[in-house]
Amino acid sequence: MSERQVRSRFWGSEAFSGLALISPTALYAILLLAAPLATTLLYSVFTDGYLVVIPHFQLCNYIGECRSQLADGTPSPDTYLGAWSDPITQALMLRSLNVSMLVTAMTVLLAYPVAYFVSFNVDASRKSLWLFLITIPFWTSYVIRVFMWNVMMSRTGVINSVLEGMGIISEPLQMVFTIQAMVVTLAHAYAPFAILPIFVALEKIDRSLLEAGQDLGETRFTTFLRVTLPLSMTGVIASVLIVFIPTIGDYVTPNLIGGGKIPMIANIIEKQMLKADNRPLGSAIAVSAMLVVGLISVLFLFLNRRYLKGQK
Amino acid sequence: MKIPTLRIYTIAYLIFLYTPIVILPIFAFNNSTAVAFPLQGFTTEWFYNIAHDDVLFRALQNSLIVSSISSVLSATLGTFAARASTRYKFPGSGPLMGLIMLPMVLPDMITAMALLVVLLSIGIKLSLVTIILGHVLICTPFSVAILTSAFQSLDKSLEEAACDLGEGPVSTFMLVILPLVMPGIISALLISFTISLDEFIVTNFLGSGEPLLSTFIYGQLRFPKYVPNIMALGTVLVGVSIILLTLAEFFRRRGIAKTGSKDTGGFL
Amino acid sequence: MSSEKPTMIEFKDVHKYYGDYHALRGINATIKAGEFFSLLGPSGCGKTTLLRTIAGFEGISSGVVLIDGKDVAGIRPNHRPTNMVFQSYAIFPHLTVEQNVGFGLRKDPRSKEDKARAVDEALAMVGLAGYGKRAAHALSGGQRQRVALARALILKPKVLLLDEPLSALDKKLRENMQVELIKLQRQVGITFILVTHDQEEALVMSDRIAVMFEGQIAQLDSPEALYRLPKTRAVANFIGTMNFLPAKILSEAGGIAEIEAAGLGRMALNVEKQVTGAVSPGGATVGFRPETATLLFDTQEATDRESMATVEEVVYYGDMTYYDVKLDGTAEPMRVSMRNVFGRPVLDIGTRTRVGWSPGALVLFR
Repeated sequence: MSERQVRSRFWGSEAFSGLALISPTALYAILLLAAPLATTLLYSVFTDGYLVVIPHFQLCNYIGECRSQLADGTPSPDTYLGAWSDPITQALMLRSLNVSMLVTAMTVLLAYPVAYFVSFNVDASRKSLWLFLITIPFWTSYVIRVFMWNVMMSRTGVINSVLEGMGIISEPLQMVFTIQAMVVTLAHAYAPFAILPIFVALEKIDRSLLEAGQDLGETRFTTFLRVTLPLSMTGVIASVLIVFIPTIGDYVTPNLIGGGKIPMIANIIEKQMLKADNRPLGSAIAVSAMLVVGLISVLFLFLNRRYLKGQK
Repeated sequence: MKIPTLRIYTIAYLIFLYTPIVILPIFAFNNSTAVAFPLQGFTTEWFYNIAHDDVLFRALQNSLIVSSISSVLSATLGTFAARASTRYKFPGSGPLMGLIMLPMVLPDMITAMALLVVLLSIGIKLSLVTIILGHVLICTPFSVAILTSAFQSLDKSLEEAACDLGEGPVSTFMLVILPLVMPGIISALLISFTISLDEFIVTNFLGSGEPLLSTFIYGQLRFPKYVPNIMALGTVLVGVSIILLTLAEFFRRRGIAKTGSKDTGGFL
Repeated sequence: MSSEKPTMIEFKDVHKYYGDYHALRGINATIKAGEFFSLLGPSGCGKTTLLRTIAGFEGISSGVVLIDGKDVAGIRPNHRPTNMVFQSYAIFPHLTVEQNVGFGLRKDPRSKEDKARAVDEALAMVGLAGYGKRAAHALSGGQRQRVALARALILKPKVLLLDEPLSALDKKLRENMQVELIKLQRQVGITFILVTHDQEEALVMSDRIAVMFEGQIAQLDSPEALYRLPKTRAVANFIGTMNFLPAKILSEAGGIAEIEAAGLGRMALNVEKQVTGAVSPGGATVGFRPETATLLFDTQEATDRESMATVEEVVYYGDMTYYDVKLDGTAEPMRVSMRNVFGRPVLDIGTRTRVGWSPGALVLFR
């Protein structure tokens, strides 16, 4: 085959048509997502200058002590600690992970029975109506929903006024500004994200497998444990990841429910990037957060690898 | 097993999901700045306030501009990506689609910060345009998800049949493919519009301080006396969201009825 | 009669690769104008690929495809004088029956009224007169297929391509449609090329059949020739059932082969009419169809030759009974089919029986 033939084959080929068609979207994502993420990675190993970032390689934004450069190019007399060395960042990272894991556990555990109910106990013709009902609250303004939880849980808010009115409590409960309040708010925000993947996995299960389980001597409950649950694990895994990863970076809830007193990792990234104008440190914290989240996700996938075998 | 435990549980869960948006309109009409029971009386004062708030009006205008442009752009980009990934096999399709879908799981804060840093470093001034750039990034994955299922349910032999009956690639797309995926496109537009309208983090960090609905609301929350106004505004927004979603669902179902394919339920 | 017809389609050493996979391996064949031609084979044999190279949906890696004497390389499907009925029918779900049938007439210069008349005629031809205004997605499987036929035939193609058009229909409907398709083909008189994996369907409908295995045409013949004198054991097994017995060629002279077959003994066969195929490594084999042998009952005399056998399995089909019998001196049971005429008993397993057969019904694979 001559080179010309090879080339003409490529131009008319499926590969070329596909690449040509996806190129606008792909270019957009490369320019406005991949490139910025790469820049963040680069910045995290550069030196902080006055209102600029100096392309001078160093790792102290991650470990050890760092010095910014002043406007005249000389090193600042003050030092700051890298992301992994700074106890405050460490504590925030741990808190974020803690909140994220609590939210994930709560969301997924609470969501599974709902997904199970819709998939197994709802008439086929009404399933989409149920899903629609479940997704509606999710599409209403996130800020307003978070704010509503604040309003409901505040000292003089809805819940306290109801409980006091009914004589159950005499003193208002302290709910806002607690981690528990943040967990409830986030669990509410991510509910549909957890339900939908589990529902999809449950829908794919061939119903005759369940009959086979019972036919082979299992009770309904042991059939669930030995057949349904393992087969729906792909959905559970997807739910866990889709809730866990974004919650780590939540910004609105710590501000509105935590009252800014319980910052999470997103809040410190914002602080370093903008208020403190230390982009290398901010970038290093962002990259570290992504690394930690990525590692935990990979570890989680690895631990559940047997459920993912033979499935897409 | 006579007690429908699961059903009761699911209904309780739905109550948990709906409590905040049900409480919202109740207090939007309550004649008190304190959001607590017992209710103090009926008023439309808060709605009157928001109807006469110039800043809110400007925020609404800005939001409509941003959301309209963002939804059109992301539905267009989503159409390209969904069509390419469902119709063609090509090298790099996995990584490229992964990158396009990434904002769906990436914390918005990281997306926003990364983009912000780059925009600032190449000297682009923050404006509504930069907000749109960010919104398109966030909305496109949702468009792709909706449109992928629309394109997937399209039988490839329909295209071949059109070609066999004498149509070229362009007329095949216009006469066969577009009409069949149109419901998907409309539903992608509506969903993107809704997401863009609600998006806060990107709007907050990529904006120049010019108010949009979500940042306006966030700003007002610091002042307790504005809280009832926000409740009224929230009620209107929730109402609009529900109408848009119902429309989106209607178009999605009509698409399914049109092609006679099976309803697999849900948006995502 | 078919030999006088001009050639419509010609394949010259057609090869097709999908990456490393060699899907078509040197196809040479001609299909005549006005012929009902079938491509028959198991799934994955390349029959659909070959059909799609005619339609233009698949390019070929080397070789030539001629349609009506013209090399069609690089000509897109929309510019070829062929139309296709798809396996899934590919009825446009957003259009009415009428709009589907008239889809290909968009660029036709005729007036609107003429086109509408053509659509009505096409619908009447496939037995769907009056269905024009219906929504396409509300049709039944059989109706969809008729719409697909009308939609293709309205363009008066030189060749109609049918990709397993009956496989989605249930048995009764399929048999009805087979007859209708034959009638339709006679009526319009154009070349029909049918892809199918159903040997019965191919035998019933075709003037000629190309049996394909692994990207090659194993045999191209009339249905009768394929059934009577298959070239290979694979073809013999794919079309109907055939029993095989090891055999030895003792002598071959003057168009007569003297052979000895296990369980049957010595006999003379007509080389031209009964001996087939290239020399196979496993030695020669004789084959016979189940219906060419008979189980003889006490009072019956053999019409030709007979051998002793034991009944090993009985499969009762209502109108027929299939017996697996083991001829004395052989290892494998042979299948013999018997019509259940009135008064004839069904034998039990283990019964000793005489098997009547005729050397003239045997086929020798060298």
